[in-house]
Amino acid sequence: MRWMAREPVISRIKKKRILQLISQGKRMDGRGLLDYREITVEKGVIRTAEGSAMVCLGQTEVVVGVKVGLNTPYPDTPNEGILTVNAELVPLASPTFEPGPPDERAIELARVVDRGIRSSRAIPLERLCIVPGKRVYIIFVDIYILNHDGNLVDASALAALAALSNTKIFGYQIDEEGRVLLDKSIWRPMELQNWPVAVSVANIGGELVVDPCLDEELAMEAKLTITVDKDGRVCAMQKSGPGSFSAEQVMEAIDIAKDKAAELRSMVMG
Amino acid sequence: MTLYFNRRDLVVPGDLLAEGDYDAGENVHRIDNRFYATRVGLFELKDERKVTVIALNSVYVPKPGDIVIGDVVDVGVGSWAVDIRAPRLAILRAVDALGRPFRPDREELTRFLTVGDTVIAKVKAYDRTRNPLLTLGEPGLGKVTSGLIVRITPSKVPRLIGRKGSMISMLKRETGCQIVIGMNGVVLVRCRDPEDEELLVEAIEKIERESHVEGLTDRVARMIRRRKGLVA
Amino acid sequence: MSHEKPRLIRDDGRRVDGRGPADLRPIHIEVDVLANADGSAYVEQGGTKVLAAVYGPKEIHPRHLGLPNRAVLRCRYHMAPFSVEVRKSPAPSRREIELSKVIREALEPALFLEYYPRTAIDVFIEVLQADGGTRCASITAASLALADAGIPMRDLVAACAAGKVDGVLVLDLCDLEDKYGEADVPLAMMPGLGRITLLQMDGLLTPEELKECIKLAMDGCRKIYSMQKEALRERFLRIRREVEAAEAAEGGADS
Repeated sequence: MRWMAREPVISRIKKKRILQLISQGKRMDGRGLLDYREITVEKGVIRTAEGSAMVCLGQTEVVVGVKVGLNTPYPDTPNEGILTVNAELVPLASPTFEPGPPDERAIELARVVDRGIRSSRAIPLERLCIVPGKRVYIIFVDIYILNHDGNLVDASALAALAALSNTKIFGYQIDEEGRVLLDKSIWRPMELQNWPVAVSVANIGGELVVDPCLDEELAMEAKLTITVDKDGRVCAMQKSGPGSFSAEQVMEAIDIAKDKAAELRSMVMG
Repeated sequence: MTLYFNRRDLVVPGDLLAEGDYDAGENVHRIDNRFYATRVGLFELKDERKVTVIALNSVYVPKPGDIVIGDVVDVGVGSWAVDIRAPRLAILRAVDALGRPFRPDREELTRFLTVGDTVIAKVKAYDRTRNPLLTLGEPGLGKVTSGLIVRITPSKVPRLIGRKGSMISMLKRETGCQIVIGMNGVVLVRCRDPEDEELLVEAIEKIERESHVEGLTDRVARMIRRRKGLVA
Repeated sequence: MSHEKPRLIRDDGRRVDGRGPADLRPIHIEVDVLANADGSAYVEQGGTKVLAAVYGPKEIHPRHLGLPNRAVLRCRYHMAPFSVEVRKSPAPSRREIELSKVIREALEPALFLEYYPRTAIDVFIEVLQADGGTRCASITAASLALADAGIPMRDLVAACAAGKVDGVLVLDLCDLEDKYGEADVPLAMMPGLGRITLLQMDGLLTPEELKECIKLAMDGCRKIYSMQKEALRERFLRIRREVEAAEAAEGGADS
């Protein structure tokens, strides 16, 4: 795309076609309304990261790198490690991504993925404490979008889960002055207590559609992202987009998400 | 006079194509009597003299008289801005769209065309220092209300048309559809049956992908017949 | 964790990763790897992984940043937070800003910018994994992304670094060699035209050693140049092979 408006605009004939197909239960790429695009998950793709994964969801491509460091704990949680999730919508992924600090889309993306991990207590933060009140592990989850073709949230959450599942936590040494230093000669795998998976359902022309591609996101009224844990409980939810949902649609979306989450989870965790 | 490549060889930027008394054609840069490729493409020698590269990756440069297809991306006071996938945004003035003077105090431009509308237009004027100017003032031009759009790299438009129109005639014949090819690489297909539209889009994508492999017209015709045979 | 300087040249004359002094690391190049970008390329050089994308030529905003007689080339070199040993903040560092400039100036001489006045050509580079030589791998990838985008070029730009480690002049330094060696000389050139477009030096060298390094780096660039051309051709030759294989498989199926 050699020129983009301030906000991406979908052409009317394309939107018309999308709505026409959806009313017949079909989509532009031949999928059913509740089908995900082809998904590939590759773990351990970045050697310099302590954990990493690349997820391709159709043409949406995301890399997540996990880095483990040491930090002072937050004052209100002196015995817990720190989790921090950041997302970069780098300009190479889309003509609508500008260089600069994270915009509202990047921040929302990071916070939704963070909520899923935190609320489900996937990472046992109490087991990441080294010296209570002084030194704890800090887990950096960095989400890097490489190509934007819609549904960045589901792809990012899946990649984050896959990356965390192959993350190494290095050991540590405490020197004579009481300083804690990372010891990379020993490590243990990050133990995950839960495996949250995000499922996004869009409201397009009154129909519920799973895993919207970019064109579908531009044609939709709104999207509901529902994060489900390994026991089928909902641990995070986010409605995004300028339109709205009916209460019935929300209930139905929750049921759809439960089923789909199990499918996605098995791709990452086996 | 030396040629370093054969006809239809794949060349890349920086390749020394020829040396001697030749002329520089498209996508070729001349330094003294040496001729270099500036784009990835197929080597050609036109009329035994013009060292040329038929580009496989290119940028659309508008020419007056070109038919183009694009989307309205902005509405101004007396004109619309249209994305024709060229380096510069194209301008369609109200007078060139309506064929008559426009009264801003009496009329609203958005009633005729608004952001998101697709138009088939003709390039009225263009030089590198300004935005290309479009017009809708001819039969066959105007707002598009139905069909599917498929995009190909602009240098492959001649391939989609074919020698003496052979490729596009074949496509229309085999599918019974309407096809409008914009010189900017944007193609509109319109069929009675939406499934035929999808098949035609696939055929056009195949043409773009395999444009450098011989025997394309037959291959595409066979693909269409096979698919219609299964479907019918 | 010891911060002692490791031995960089072994007793048998081989380097830390077993290479000879003039050996390049294994290089893997792929073109047209991103769907949205107008052109893209991916380069792996040893443990360094770099992705480059090009958008343009396109309208430049705000207008006053444009030039009346040519396109503006903009370049952003950026490292992912997880690309290095200690996590790096995503905000651009002074090093990334300097490298963005020198990389832009390495690519500019190769482009016919005067063909597209009042437009911008954007080059975005992301380092996904860093193990030395990132600016060189970035230039190699960016140059391919520009060709993939159909931007007319005088020549491809290939880049490679040479340097000195443990007294020996070597080609294509990895991160360890760059950190603990005596000098690092990154170089980029348009090999077909014999023009150097990037040249930097960091460390301590005699003029004779420096000249040797430059020759060594230029040699490395020429090798990388043929790999670049191979990658551009391969993108299309692969399709030709697939079509021919499909035709052969069909054989007389339609007769």
